[in-house]
Amino acid sequence: MNGSPVPLAAPCLPPVPLPLARRRFVLMAVTGTLLPALPARANPHQVAGLIRAITGAAPIDTGKVTLDLPVLVENGNAVAMTVSVDAPAGSVRALHVFADGNPLPEVLRLRFGPASGAPRISTRIRLADSQTVTALAELADGTFWRDSVELLVTLAACLE
Amino acid sequence: MVRVLINAPKQVRVREPFEVKLLINHPMESGQRRDTFGQAIPREIIHTLVCSMDGEDVFQADLFPAISANPFLAFWAVAARSGALMVRFTDDQGTTQTDSIAISVA
Repeated sequence: MNGSPVPLAAPCLPPVPLPLARRRFVLMAVTGTLLPALPARANPHQVAGLIRAITGAAPIDTGKVTLDLPVLVENGNAVAMTVSVDAPAGSVRALHVFADGNPLPEVLRLRFGPASGAPRISTRIRLADSQTVTALAELADGTFWRDSVELLVTLAACLE
Repeated sequence: MVRVLINAPKQVRVREPFEVKLLINHPMESGQRRDTFGQAIPREIIHTLVCSMDGEDVFQADLFPAISANPFLAFWAVAARSGALMVRFTDDQGTTQTDSIAISVA
């Protein structure tokens, strides 16, 4: 580094801040605070806890709800996702989507109203890592349905 | 004010589901990133979004930082009579914006 200017706002940045004073660098290295940048990841237990908070003691079945996601993701910054429930429009109360490898496990929470035409939603999501994404549907009759997709992410969503 | 695109048929049949596509021009800054100096970039996302057809809710959504920048949503709605398809959303600065398009029911 021979005094080359540091770019001010790059979209994706290295985890370690560049213009650290040497003394502070050494201090951080000694105290073990030099690598603070990896954000905490959610885990499957956290997702299980969130799902239990929604369902209570009710059983969760697989089927009815379909989570459509690519199995191999090239760019985690925008992954096309479709969640649909095989049920009439008025019979689905809510949809929840969780990603167990993101810093925050929640992705989307959706409550359908009377003007909904079909229990179906498409959007684009961020994925920080290869992980399992889970969709949970809450039906008006009180039953719960889930679907999960385990996927590989080549380029993680920019978190640094 | 951010730019919002709502794409839906201008004319629909009574109680027949139609697809709506919504694109909002918003950075959805996740709050997880750091700038060159190691400072955390504050979170700035749209966290609540409500869509309604002629006053009746199509859905209410809570969005989290895992929604990509420039959020895109495609969903289905029904209309009993002509009216406005309205989208209202609130971001972390507390700004609420409302956009709508007219839909006529044949």
